[in-house]
Amino acid sequence: MKTFAWLIPILPALAALANGLFGRRYINEWAGHVASAAMLLSLLLAFICTMIALPQGGDFVPVDHDYYTWLGAGTLSIPFGIYIDQLSVVMMMVVSLVSSIIFIYAIGYMRSDPGYVRFFTYMPLFTFFMLLLVMGNSLPLLFVGWEGVGLCSYLLIGYYYDRDYAADAGKKAFIVNRIGDFGFLLGMLLLFWFTGALKFSDLFESAPSSFVYAGVPITMITLLLFFGATGKSAQIPLYVWLPDAMAGPTPVSALIHAATMVTAGVYMVARLNLLYSMAPATLFLVGVIGGLTALYAASIALVQRDAKKILAYSTISQLGYMFLACGTGAYIAAIFHLMTHAFFKACLFLGAGSVLHAFHRTTDVDVFEAGGLRKVMPFTRWTFLISTIAIAGIPPLAGFFSKDEILWKAFSGGHLFLWGLGIAAAFCTALYIFRLYNLLFSGEFRGTGEQRMHLHESPALMWVPLAILAFFSICAGWLNMPLFGYHGFHNFLHPVTAQGHHLAEHAIHPPILASEHLLEWLLAIGSVLVALAGIAFARLLYVWEPTLASRMEESFQSAFTILYHKYHIDEVYDLIVVQNYMRCCRAAQWFDDRVIIAGLNGLANSANRAADTVRKIQTGTVTHYALATLVGMVFLVVWLFLCY
Amino acid sequence: MISLNHYLILSAVLFSVGALGVLLRRNALIILMSVELMLNAANLAIVAFARYPFFREVGLAAEDLAVAGNGMVFVFLVMTVAAAEVGVGLAIIINLYRQRQTINIEIANLLQG
Repeated sequence: MKTFAWLIPILPALAALANGLFGRRYINEWAGHVASAAMLLSLLLAFICTMIALPQGGDFVPVDHDYYTWLGAGTLSIPFGIYIDQLSVVMMMVVSLVSSIIFIYAIGYMRSDPGYVRFFTYMPLFTFFMLLLVMGNSLPLLFVGWEGVGLCSYLLIGYYYDRDYAADAGKKAFIVNRIGDFGFLLGMLLLFWFTGALKFSDLFESAPSSFVYAGVPITMITLLLFFGATGKSAQIPLYVWLPDAMAGPTPVSALIHAATMVTAGVYMVARLNLLYSMAPATLFLVGVIGGLTALYAASIALVQRDAKKILAYSTISQLGYMFLACGTGAYIAAIFHLMTHAFFKACLFLGAGSVLHAFHRTTDVDVFEAGGLRKVMPFTRWTFLISTIAIAGIPPLAGFFSKDEILWKAFSGGHLFLWGLGIAAAFCTALYIFRLYNLLFSGEFRGTGEQRMHLHESPALMWVPLAILAFFSICAGWLNMPLFGYHGFHNFLHPVTAQGHHLAEHAIHPPILASEHLLEWLLAIGSVLVALAGIAFARLLYVWEPTLASRMEESFQSAFTILYHKYHIDEVYDLIVVQNYMRCCRAAQWFDDRVIIAGLNGLANSANRAADTVRKIQTGTVTHYALATLVGMVFLVVWLFLCY
Repeated sequence: MISLNHYLILSAVLFSVGALGVLLRRNALIILMSVELMLNAANLAIVAFARYPFFREVGLAAEDLAVAGNGMVFVFLVMTVAAAEVGVGLAIIINLYRQRQTINIEIANLLQG
């Protein structure tokens, strides 16, 4: 496997290189095809890896191969190598599959965009960094990918760089991510300080003996690393960049939300589950942050008007579920939800893109301007509906199985508070996502007549990818159905978390007893009922009784306003962080202007004046130079005589 | 009898005349000629030293004294350098004349600070 696995990330990098160097001159409108072809080859190789690993299941021995030493200094040695275990295989598959589909869709979506080549230079680069992130065999290599996706998100969110809000959103994403990355870097350095190892294999070997269970060092390290994850994976308190990231083209949003970038934090926690299992305090915090984020973001999504913004908050909420699962020690459930979420969220985003395409918009569409699109856009409507049901958590679609497993793990692990947050978020999820669906596709069209004339279904190049994603949104959940006693996905990934579970004092996975199995069924039915209630409520508010929505809005005016303004968090951050920071900047600028620049200018001026005086020596007359030479020579001769 | 000192004094006088010529005259051609004079003063000194090795008094061996006479070869080196220098110098003077219609060096003071 090691002979070809390195090609998986390299192929998209080559495509990015080709498009970046020769795109404008030679490749032009084929840039999308180059990127997609490279991505499909990558997918094929990832698939081969999966086919090698899958039959061996839990017995698959991780491939850990160093290609060469990247950094070496003293005891520090960071190789450039790959680490492929069950977790990497799953991530590689998800990233390359979803990216391939998005790339193909983007060929159609971005067709008439003037920045086509630039777009298809950044996109493969994005995927390259993400693949590097999930395949690297050491923390620094993971960090390279981690920073790389941050860079690419900046480039792609600010893709329409001539518009202020897009440029600002790009900057915001980059800066907020950098704040998190700072924590990640500190955590990594501390880890090296205590264990002397940065390679995953060395780390897993030395961590149990280097740290005391629940000790201060391990808690601090995991907290810092998790702080990095809150930035990358958009959790409280660093989630603020993700909703603004909608300023980029829709395929970028899909890529960020489904395949690359935001899943990096969840992957990192799952990869280092051994460390997290040794720090129960951190795990508790991870769970609480995840649960709070899940409910918080879902509540904001309830009242937003922009289609993509609703989906953005939905992503934050779903990521919250994943961290909730990590917090309860159910890392595999988190990865499972990551996978199913990648499919249905990509499908939702690309569906929203298809709607934007019909509206001839580049960034976003107000859901109250749409409506009744089911008649003109049947393919988009059906795929959107499937992924909507999937995210709402209705069986037998993917979202139900993964979300239900997380809730069950929270409940059975005794985290009733987290379970309560999860179930409340599930209700909100069903409500906001069907609100979005109903406003877009049900009822009658509410836009202008001219817009109506231009509405059209997207070309096959766009709806076929949608259909593929919808297919996975249906089936991906069947990989793991604990309700029916099938634990395929869980058993496959079990070796990744086995060591951590062994170390953790509390048993995270109690053996499933018959009575508990009954309880599991009851809970599952309960959560389905909650989801159905949410759907019915959305249907009631926006289809059956449209006036009810506005009446409710009036009677709960204050709550509605707070939700609509996202709890005013942006303003609070602006007041506390941004403005104080600007004050510091202004002070620094004053210091720079008055002290550094003024001092340097004074120095330069005095040098100038001195030179003005001294330059008179240069008369330009040969005679004077000759005299100086002669005098100098005589002086030298005399000096020589005096010395000897 | 003419001793080494006579030659050296003549050489010093010639050198001084040449140096004064370089410093005082304004005509570039004359300055060039004065430089030649200085070089030849040096030549004279070299030849004189080769002819009257003052190591004789120190008591040098015969074969070393023979070697001391080889110093005259340096004169040829100096003459060659002088010829090359004059070539370059004249070329500069011709160009100076073409630019300024004069070879007075006080006119050519572009480097004045």
